[in-house]
Amino acid sequence: MIRGIVRFLDERTGSAPFLRKTLRYLFPDHWSFLLGEVALYAFVVLVATGIYLTLFYEDSTATVIYHGGYAPLQGHEMTHAYRSVLDLSTNVKAGLLIRQTHHWAANVFVAAIVLHMLRIFFTGAYRKPRELTYWIGLTMLIVSLLEGYLGYSLADDLLSGMGLAIGYSVAMSIPFIGGNLASLIWDGPFPGSHAFFPRMYIVHVLVIPLLLATLLTVHLVLVALKHHTQFRGERESERKLVGVPTFPGQAPRSLGLLAATAAVLFLLGGLVQINPIWLWGPFHTYSATNGAQPDWYLGWLIGALRIVPGFDLTIGSYTLVPNPFWGGALLPLAFFGFLYLWPFIERSFLTHDYGYHNLLDRPRDAPWRTAIGMAVLTEVFLVFLAGSADRVDVFFGLPYVPQVWAYRVLVFVGPVIAALLGYGACVELQRGERVDRERKRAERLARGEA
Amino acid sequence: MSRAKALLVSAATLVFARRRRPTLKPGERERIVVPEAPAGYDAELVAIWLFLASAACAIGFVVVYALDRLPAHTQLLGLALGLSLAFLAAGLVVMAKRLVPNEELEEDYPEQEHTAEQERIAQVVEESGLTRRRLLLGALGAAGGSLGLALLAPAASLGPAIHMARFYLTPWRRGTRLVDEQNRPLRADEIEEKNFYTAFAEGADKERLPSSLVVVRLRRDQLDLPPGNAGFDADGIVAYSKICTHAGCAIALYRAPLFEPTDPKPALVCPCHYSTFDPSSGGTVTFGPAGRKLTMLPLEIDPKGFLRARGNFDEPVGPSWWGVRLKGPTT
Repeated sequence: MIRGIVRFLDERTGSAPFLRKTLRYLFPDHWSFLLGEVALYAFVVLVATGIYLTLFYEDSTATVIYHGGYAPLQGHEMTHAYRSVLDLSTNVKAGLLIRQTHHWAANVFVAAIVLHMLRIFFTGAYRKPRELTYWIGLTMLIVSLLEGYLGYSLADDLLSGMGLAIGYSVAMSIPFIGGNLASLIWDGPFPGSHAFFPRMYIVHVLVIPLLLATLLTVHLVLVALKHHTQFRGERESERKLVGVPTFPGQAPRSLGLLAATAAVLFLLGGLVQINPIWLWGPFHTYSATNGAQPDWYLGWLIGALRIVPGFDLTIGSYTLVPNPFWGGALLPLAFFGFLYLWPFIERSFLTHDYGYHNLLDRPRDAPWRTAIGMAVLTEVFLVFLAGSADRVDVFFGLPYVPQVWAYRVLVFVGPVIAALLGYGACVELQRGERVDRERKRAERLARGEA
Repeated sequence: MSRAKALLVSAATLVFARRRRPTLKPGERERIVVPEAPAGYDAELVAIWLFLASAACAIGFVVVYALDRLPAHTQLLGLALGLSLAFLAAGLVVMAKRLVPNEELEEDYPEQEHTAEQERIAQVVEESGLTRRRLLLGALGAAGGSLGLALLAPAASLGPAIHMARFYLTPWRRGTRLVDEQNRPLRADEIEEKNFYTAFAEGADKERLPSSLVVVRLRRDQLDLPPGNAGFDADGIVAYSKICTHAGCAIALYRAPLFEPTDPKPALVCPCHYSTFDPSSGGTVTFGPAGRKLTMLPLEIDPKGFLRARGNFDEPVGPSWWGVRLKGPTT
């Protein structure tokens, strides 16, 4: 039976040698290698649940008077877009489960990518020959942030409308071309023409998913071509890879992880409420709600937008840099620009190491990388925390204004402290290991003499 | 119970053990998977039960789905599907850890590079003779680049990218009445102190950014309008664009001091990034990231007591762009 199937395939595709190699491809056995897989499986759940959602969503911003089952909004004027999401959430069997699972999956997807990237960064996995894999992964992270933002904007509830207004303002703030660009995207001033939501929709459900799927494929092919990296061990070396083969060892583990990821996402989707759009109500440009927070992965941007002091950079009556540019565009540009350039920066200025690496560093093995990584991470985390200062005010009574001033100072001081701590910790750990090795050698010598 | 267990074990043994037995006699061919699969009958039983539990939960999902009258439908559906997947995951992990051969293999990493092949590729390209025809390649590049640009050109149809006139346009002119969300004209005497009103230009599309206003009444001694906004108030009533000049959200918070002078001055606050504007001084920024003051509309009270605009805004409305300070709002 098995031989029959294999022969059938091989005779028609000639793929037996390839399949055999694939079955025996080796996966290093370390938990941190599963983070990327979690992202992949969250993506699978996103595509599956997302397709279901498209069967109910309407992308029109023409308005209707609501006469559905949700009493508090009876008689309210709202867009078809908002009503379709409301109906899906309140009227369609399993609709809310799928919608909430989709939303949770987006949050977990980005979280898994970020954790995966931290592992890649702090272990130096991006070094030659894997720079392309790294850059493609980074691109996927950026595209995913945009994808998530577009996704929750489609609901056209009050919260997402405020998010769109902010996105519009950041687009407007780009020097020289911002106004024109925003006018192009929204087809005129905010909230734009009836064409805007269909545009957002097609980008969210077709353009970006296709792009992500393509990048994902190239990412995985590149990983497979150069094989996985691994941590140094007794048998592991730059030339020898040690691991568990795809089949029979890795396949059930990996499928188990797929099932586990999906299990967590559906449990969250069913049991933990997320984005209850019926409570926010429909969006109007003249309405806003207090305590608005975006999904977690955009928290750093709202924090940055909030702590920048209030000024536009002007030359005469020409506005060179409107304020939202600093926090909403320059910060992410600088952050991602740094990450793209990092492999060059490290090898040109820090290590002068142009060699070929299959073995991973531990963070302590590269104190400079760890220090700089900690500084950047701390910066982003502080800005992220700044985005929650208003909630801290409400829940803990810490006044908002002094908090903002504290963050304005901390974003300069914090990274320096983090870098010093990181560097110090690495050096200490290295010294500890050295002492340990010497002690052991001394003990061996002592035993030998005895 | 024990009979069922025995049955399951025997069934499973029949199914799995038969598969595991090599078809050729031992010794005739070397095994590829070197460690034998562990016997692990207990683990096998655990995995079987986990898969059956997964199947049961999946069926439970369909049952919950079919039963309309259940309360907490979403929660039960999520629980059933989630548990089904969780049991499946657990079963697969038992399989991976206890039932398949535990191999840890070594393999050489692929070659770093293929020098000879690289050389051959370069040689083929060189021998094609194309690389020497610089002009030809240049012309081809020009064709490709121009064609790319040409194909991008229709993107300009997406919106009015060159003419920014609409960004200065407002529905306000001298005499435009202020109406509330139900299109009822606002009377000056219904505007109370320490309260906050949203108003719109009569007859305008309320969703357009320049249409909406916040209206508050201040005491005369609180008012301190700069020369540019002198006389913009009507009997202490002031009106500002409701759209924050920072990032375009609606100004939705009015901080009216309850205990003067301990509390700070009256302030209009945007809840998105907490830009804070002073309504008594023409909308100046007192805190937060806004780079421009809040846009102010001059008011008057008509003989019947209704609030009307006494002209257009003092500046364009909404978030800044390169041209926001180049000219004033137009009608």
